[in-house]
Amino acid sequence: MENWSLFSLCVLLGLTSRWAVSFHSYSGAGKPPMFGDYEAQRHWQEVTYNLPVHEWYFNTTNNDLNYWGLDYPPLTAYHSLVCAYVAKLLNPEWVELHASRGYESHSHKLFMRATVLFTDILIYIPAVLLYCFYFCDGSSKQKVATALCILLYPGLILIDYGHFQYNSVSLGLALWGILGLGLGWDLFGSLAFTLALNYKQMELYHSLPFFCYLLGKCIKQGLTGRGFFQLAKISLTVLVTFALCWMPFLSDPKQPLQVLHRLFPFGRGLFEDKVANTWCSLNVLIKIKTLLSRETQLFLSYCTHLGFCLFLRLMFFLFVFFHSMLPLLVKDGLLLPYVVTSLAFLFLSLYLLSALERSTEEELRLGIYRKLTRHWLPKLNLSRIIKWKFWFSLVAMAVLSFTSVWLEPPAKFPDLFPVLVSILSFLHFLGFIIYFNLVQLMEPQRKKSQKKTN
Amino acid sequence: TVMAAPVTNDQSWFFALALGVSFLKCLLINAYHSTDFEVHRNWLALTHSLPAAQWYYEATSEWTLDYPPLFAWFEYGLSHIARFFDKEMLVVQNLNYASPATILFQRLSVIVADVVFFYAVKECCKCLREDKGKDLLGKPSFILTVLLLWNFGLLIVDHIHFQYNGFLFGVLLLSIARHFQNRHFEGALLFSILLNLKHIYLYIAPAYGIYLLRCFCFTQSNADGSLQWRSFSVVRLVTLGTIVLSTFSVSFGPFIALGQLPQVLSRLFPFKRGLCHAYWAPNIWALYNIADKAFSILGVKFKLLDINKLPKASMTGGLVQEFQHSVLPSVSPLATLICTVLSILPALFRIWHRPNGARGFLRCLVICALGSFMFGWHVHEKAILMAILPLSLLAVESREDARIFLILSITGHYSLFPLLFTTQVAHQNISHVAIYNLHIGNVILHLFFRKGGALLNPLEATYLLGLIPLELICEFVYPLTVWQKTFPFLPLMLTSVYCALGVTYAFIRLYISLLTCSDSTKKIKTQ
Repeated sequence: MENWSLFSLCVLLGLTSRWAVSFHSYSGAGKPPMFGDYEAQRHWQEVTYNLPVHEWYFNTTNNDLNYWGLDYPPLTAYHSLVCAYVAKLLNPEWVELHASRGYESHSHKLFMRATVLFTDILIYIPAVLLYCFYFCDGSSKQKVATALCILLYPGLILIDYGHFQYNSVSLGLALWGILGLGLGWDLFGSLAFTLALNYKQMELYHSLPFFCYLLGKCIKQGLTGRGFFQLAKISLTVLVTFALCWMPFLSDPKQPLQVLHRLFPFGRGLFEDKVANTWCSLNVLIKIKTLLSRETQLFLSYCTHLGFCLFLRLMFFLFVFFHSMLPLLVKDGLLLPYVVTSLAFLFLSLYLLSALERSTEEELRLGIYRKLTRHWLPKLNLSRIIKWKFWFSLVAMAVLSFTSVWLEPPAKFPDLFPVLVSILSFLHFLGFIIYFNLVQLMEPQRKKSQKKTN
Repeated sequence: TVMAAPVTNDQSWFFALALGVSFLKCLLINAYHSTDFEVHRNWLALTHSLPAAQWYYEATSEWTLDYPPLFAWFEYGLSHIARFFDKEMLVVQNLNYASPATILFQRLSVIVADVVFFYAVKECCKCLREDKGKDLLGKPSFILTVLLLWNFGLLIVDHIHFQYNGFLFGVLLLSIARHFQNRHFEGALLFSILLNLKHIYLYIAPAYGIYLLRCFCFTQSNADGSLQWRSFSVVRLVTLGTIVLSTFSVSFGPFIALGQLPQVLSRLFPFKRGLCHAYWAPNIWALYNIADKAFSILGVKFKLLDINKLPKASMTGGLVQEFQHSVLPSVSPLATLICTVLSILPALFRIWHRPNGARGFLRCLVICALGSFMFGWHVHEKAILMAILPLSLLAVESREDARIFLILSITGHYSLFPLLFTTQVAHQNISHVAIYNLHIGNVILHLFFRKGGALLNPLEATYLLGLIPLELICEFVYPLTVWQKTFPFLPLMLTSVYCALGVTYAFIRLYISLLTCSDSTKKIKTQ
């Protein structure tokens, strides 16, 4: 009882901050002719509602693919269709074919924001709660703190409720997949993850660990006996899910090919101007996660036994990533929410870290570094260095944020500040990759020693 | 599961809560703001541009200065900082000027002024009977901090609708805290300052007057708690009088010297407005109006009344205007004053007769605030905050008070929603959801920490849960029905009436608790 009331408080705080951010601007607000991601989502509602299925991904007179053509898998299209039905009920003007291009109004903004919130509540938030409840180590207070940190992570809030996207759906479904695997419900996990994949093709980056984990598990159970049977069931689940999602497109061989062509536009550069920023930013995160997951078995066990302190380090890593989104957010007019949410998140993490965990060397898993440096620099006080490095990073990020917004770059280097932001973020990522990989490599040994002490 | 005790410094959670709510307020900077925003901008402009002699005569804008002089001086001080944000906002002729810099400045001024409120809450926490050794989440001071700092009624009124209530309530709570701490002179001084900042606090002045007279000027009581006439201290009375008078003279002095007192008073107390504000406050008169309407409809139906003879004026029209009741007798300002005084007299008698120390005073204060809310003339629903905030202090210490607080705060805060109604439907709904769920969080927190059975009995719980269908009907179902065009204000009426029931119930229970509370003067060693 006690836990659930604390968890519900976290959810409420998360929801409140989401709504408060949604007051602010969205991408492309008031910027004809192309507007931004917000207009893209509205346009997809228009397209999916008014046109037959076989025209959704094709360039026709009614469907100009150059104006925000559909480039996500079918599940996004179905989602847009459902939203379009609701939109039609409320105000047909919102999804009028052609006539509704660039439609902007307060009621429409409310509607669009409401769709994001609805899917968030339905898919992402329950997954986060279950994850924290079942898979986080530590006291119940730490679990609640974990949930709060995840729910208040500014990256997702600002991209989904500010810039405007539906990342909560794909991330939520992927998280359900992880939950399924963690609880031993392989079929459910595969189903959920396949749905995530059919929502956004970027989930492919996560698919490798899923595949390897399940394959490994089946092999362990013996390929001739139960393992084979299990593998067959999983494959069947995945194939059936794919078939169901792609069913309308399977009647004509040209259809799936065109869809794939839209999803993976290798013809254009991957950093095409329109989507450059979003792709860039999210791409980096996904790449990092891929690299992290090379030891797939360890990756999933890592996910399911996240020590609280390690979790907070992960949060800092995500915070740095969020900082790299600054240029994008400033362009959308979201500077104020950026500043407020990042400060809030930072203070919350620091406060929880000091309240619920002491950052000794042991907790920071610095043993690895200790072993490496023992030979060369025996007198190094590693925890102090880590603390200094942390504060230095924060100051650097603050300075860069300030200069990006308020100072004019020199004429010779007009992109100076975004590049500096990217470099700083990259250096952090590099550090984290090394750190996390070392942690994973040392994981089995430490797990044994932990079990002895527990 | 083992609950890890927090390793932090005892007070860091206070800072975390204060910082958290400030961040939320920052996120609300660009939210909808009402005409009160323009009101304050106008006051910034006129205090900055005009000499003091003209402040209460200035009428370029319809939003004339109707707060006492100290608040005008406060605005004057702010205007000097406003210069650095946008000079144009200080031009009186720039009506409805709302540049981004203006919005930023005004919003930030409210957020920064709330520091007074934070300090006051901290002081109030010191006055609680702390239960040591409890886990943080169960500490009364923690719950009180959450209930006050994150009071979502205050968030709505101050940071969306736009007012400076946080700052003012800070002064009030500080004054109460000083009385708890037996620093009565400071408490009296703070209250006089408060009266000169916003005169609505006159409603609770009787509580202060009686309490100070009874418990401070008479230095001792008999063993059974009754008055010891001999212990009257003239010195204390004179000191108190001096404090109050000097505050008033600093504030009103210049205007009296200029002979402007009648003008100032006419601005401060405009009685031309109607019995009910455009959106009915959930008080007795809302129930009275509804009863009148119901009787008139029934009367017409049963041919007891002639429909042509009934007055046509609408009670819920956008403009505040005088109107006549159809069946029940019309209500005049004098009648409401008499009702208000009658409603608070028993409480005043009680603390005169059997004072219960500072807590009895606080209870009486809440009753005065609530009584004047219930029976006052042209009461604004924001006034419910004057009862809810001080009640929080009592609520964290007693089950009965917690019950009353729960009912009062939920219905009171719910009735604040019409403040967010705008022509832009969008914002109304966004704000609704955003802030109301935070309140539910408050409620859960509070419910959770009252172990020993459910806090509310089934009837009360049903009543409160009934707010949900009410909301759904008013928000979503009603606009889709045919009646939306003919009776557009029906949802508001329904909301007021429903909440009025809750408020009345809380008022009655509060009275019962005051009149029946055991006399604990023997237990309290210091007066």
